[in-house]
Amino acid sequence: MVAVDAAKHPAPTDGLAAEAIHVENLHKKFGQLHVLKGVSLSARDGEVVAIIGGSGSGKSTLLRCINCLENPTSGIIRVNGEEIRLKPNGFGDSIPADRRQIERIRSRLGMVFQSFNLWSHMTLLENVIEVPVHVLGIKRMDAIAEAERLLARVGLAEKRDVYPAYLSGGQQQRAAIARALAVQPRVMLFDEPTSALDPELVGEVLKVIGDLAREGRTMVLVTHEMKFAREVATHVIYLFNGQVEEEGPPEQIFGAPKSERLKQFIRSIG
Amino acid sequence: MRRTTDIEHLLNPLLQTSAVELLAISPPGWGANLLRGLTNSIQIAVGAFGLGLAIGIAGVWGKLYGSPVVRDLMEIYTTFVRAVPELVLILLLYYAGTDLINRALEQFGYATVDISGLAAGIGVLGIVQGAYATEVIRGAILAIPQGQIEAARAYGMPPGKMLRRITLPAMLPFAIPGLANLWLIATKDTALLAVVGFNELTQETRQAGATTKAYFTFFVAAGVLYLLLTLFSNVIIGRIERWARRGMPPIAETGR
Repeated sequence: MVAVDAAKHPAPTDGLAAEAIHVENLHKKFGQLHVLKGVSLSARDGEVVAIIGGSGSGKSTLLRCINCLENPTSGIIRVNGEEIRLKPNGFGDSIPADRRQIERIRSRLGMVFQSFNLWSHMTLLENVIEVPVHVLGIKRMDAIAEAERLLARVGLAEKRDVYPAYLSGGQQQRAAIARALAVQPRVMLFDEPTSALDPELVGEVLKVIGDLAREGRTMVLVTHEMKFAREVATHVIYLFNGQVEEEGPPEQIFGAPKSERLKQFIRSIG
Repeated sequence: MRRTTDIEHLLNPLLQTSAVELLAISPPGWGANLLRGLTNSIQIAVGAFGLGLAIGIAGVWGKLYGSPVVRDLMEIYTTFVRAVPELVLILLLYYAGTDLINRALEQFGYATVDISGLAAGIGVLGIVQGAYATEVIRGAILAIPQGQIEAARAYGMPPGKMLRRITLPAMLPFAIPGLANLWLIATKDTALLAVVGFNELTQETRQAGATTKAYFTFFVAAGVLYLLLTLFSNVIIGRIERWARRGMPPIAETGR
């Protein structure tokens, strides 16, 4: 992988870049299980925030609360400065109060899933143009031109008319990234994008994500790939047991961790 | 020897006129009647299956995403309709149903209407089909990998669009075998409407047989017509299934 610190854009100082994602005091309970215990997170434009932590630390839940795929129990979520209006759902959680608002916000957050989640009845091209054409109302011709460009960018130009089931996991995930890019997202959300891949396919996907990070895309990334997080992230959050145990620039988190648990975690990952 | 004459005597009415003459399209042949019956049967089957699909999709929507009251209503509908024999339902809905509608019309000061056999047949069989279709489609929707639905949510798709663009096409491969069964059952359930005097294929066949006494010839002919309808349906269903499964690799290749 290319070296990094030079290519990495500088972390914006306060007041310079707008806040793309703002999460404040987020709680999430699954029944008796208190998964997130007052987590706060902020991603400014151009930042790459990596969320790391052991399994069960709540990192995926935190990411999925940002676009309300998971309903938070309480807390404040702002996307591009707009607060998601929430209302109690009667079962202890908060759900979006305004369907149109959450749909509008979601349609500009490019989400990439652990298990790709491409639509199996559509070719790659159809997958990529689906949201632009049918949610954002972009003209089909324009969407197709853009989709072809994006598929070429992730190295799948020749696979445009192939159905996802005929492709490798790495190819599917790269197509899923093209689908996310097609909505021209202000922020991209990655939920363990390489965890479901065979080891030899991880590299091709990390390369695509790394390129996006280096061109200054705003991202929130849940990952187990510590080396990768160290290379591309501008800010790293270590979650332990539903709380932010330690956060800071990657050099500090991986080079000079303060918390005992983080030290242990980094040792265990190797 | 006597025996042979007996049989000849028995078969006489059958053999007096040849099957070809009996089945000729133009009178005195009864072919036109049978074909008219077949057309009526197909019309009812198509209408009932279509209505059943619409009810099924609405029913699933209610069962999976509706409020608790809607869910209970749907449960009552599918349980009741699937519990009662179809013949009873047909008699019930056809006689009691038209009676009820006319009484309601009278109540509100409108003139009573004569409900056509076709409309009543489609309505009755459609309600029966709808109950089964609800369960077939519900099962198919539950079989969709949940991630695909989640991806649609994550990209801000409104519920109606999600149903049209993602849920229905994605569930189709899982629903086709069950829906194909329902279609074939629909084509044959039309025969039940003979009991309410509707001129579908079975009723026409019975009339032709009763008039000419050539029961054997006519019922075999009707059986062949039903068989041809099924064979033709199978070809169409096969095409639809191949299209619906376009995103799925052949079974042999899916194993890891």
